[in-house]
Amino acid sequence: MPNKTHITNTINGEEVQFLCEPHQSLLEVLRETLGLMGTKEGCNNGNCGACNVVLDGALVNSCLVLAVEIQGCSVTTIEGIATPDGLHPLQQKFIEHAALQCGFCTPGFIVASKALLDQNPDPSEHQVREWLAGNLCRCTGYDRIVRAVLDAADS
Amino acid sequence: MQSFDYIAPKSADEVVALLATKNGDARLLCGGTDLLVQLREGRRKAGLVIDVKHIPELTQVTFYPENKVRIGAAASCHQICNDPNVRKYFPGLVDAISLVGGVQIQNRASVGGNLCNASPAADSIPVLIVYEAMCNILGPNGSRFLPVENLCIAPGKNALQAGEFLTSIDVPAWPEGFGASYLRFIPRNEMDIAVVGAGASVFLGDEGKRFGFAKVALGAVAPTPLFVSEVGDFLAEKAVTRENIKEAARIAQSMAKPITDLRGTAEHRKHLVSVLVERTLEKAIERAGSHYA
Repeated sequence: MPNKTHITNTINGEEVQFLCEPHQSLLEVLRETLGLMGTKEGCNNGNCGACNVVLDGALVNSCLVLAVEIQGCSVTTIEGIATPDGLHPLQQKFIEHAALQCGFCTPGFIVASKALLDQNPDPSEHQVREWLAGNLCRCTGYDRIVRAVLDAADS
Repeated sequence: MQSFDYIAPKSADEVVALLATKNGDARLLCGGTDLLVQLREGRRKAGLVIDVKHIPELTQVTFYPENKVRIGAAASCHQICNDPNVRKYFPGLVDAISLVGGVQIQNRASVGGNLCNASPAADSIPVLIVYEAMCNILGPNGSRFLPVENLCIAPGKNALQAGEFLTSIDVPAWPEGFGASYLRFIPRNEMDIAVVGAGASVFLGDEGKRFGFAKVALGAVAPTPLFVSEVGDFLAEKAVTRENIKEAARIAQSMAKPITDLRGTAEHRKHLVSVLVERTLEKAIERAGSHYA
């Protein structure tokens, strides 16, 4: 049995330490070791985007990152999107536009959309749709999600 | 997922030493977008995973203005496609690499991994073949070079020998008059695997009116990415005309040996080869000809 590795990194702005085995994904550690259950496991093979987090500024599927890979890195999960003052505009607009039904894909969409707006504050509809191609939603048909993101960008 | 050990060496020589002691039981980790899925599903086995993303020569993209760009095997698609020199001088490469997965995959997946994974449908391989790109391979007997064209030997199998690994890919910077392009057909615009992919490069003479050379390589129509040398044989020294381009597409179509699978029928793929080769040749010609415009 491989030894556990001690990892120190930053998650949602706070220093976090944990032990993990080499085969554990970042997704698994977030949910099962650190109790950050907002990040969802969908396909667990990089197709659906439900497990999206931002790793050192880059949007990634946390199911395709090993927890041992993030030594010294900075991670933002869905739990790090809202501020103490309230919801992030993206979260607010998802509610206003009813851009969700079952809600399982929503954390991934919010994290992915925030990564988009952080690098492109005024995206076109095409750019939003292209950016979100790696996130699957089986309820909404995407249109409300795209409108919510465009509205959040405007506000 | 199956249990394994993990190590993140700082130099390529350490990887050689690790592979020498763990041979057959070790796998290199770049972006993990193929490897971690395969390990999880039991399609590949590893007792040791060697993360090569902390080795500078494997992660850098270096442009040598006189002759080439050297792409570290573990450099991400995002990193490659946003390199200003790659964007400016290798648009055909950007065509293909920017199509791999979506944003999340682009941020992790590497071209080195795309090559070594040796999928018949890999997007980066046909275009690397038509650029005449070269693999830099390191192993117990030192370094060697291998044309990308010869890297894939069967679905999921590459030509690396025991203890060897890919350190980087050299893509030649062709002189003015050269153009390259890659197109693929998929049912949606992003996040899918090629039904057919087609890469083309041309080098034009006579102020853009004559083919010096032309190269076409196809994805997803054979057990490995397919270099169709017959197209080049036909087009060499011929005039740049619609008829010749159409005939080249017909030749490529006749050489493709697709199968029917969940992504498409053999018949549909044959049809797509002819359409895509014609269009990708036209795009390569347009890029080559812009020098003369």
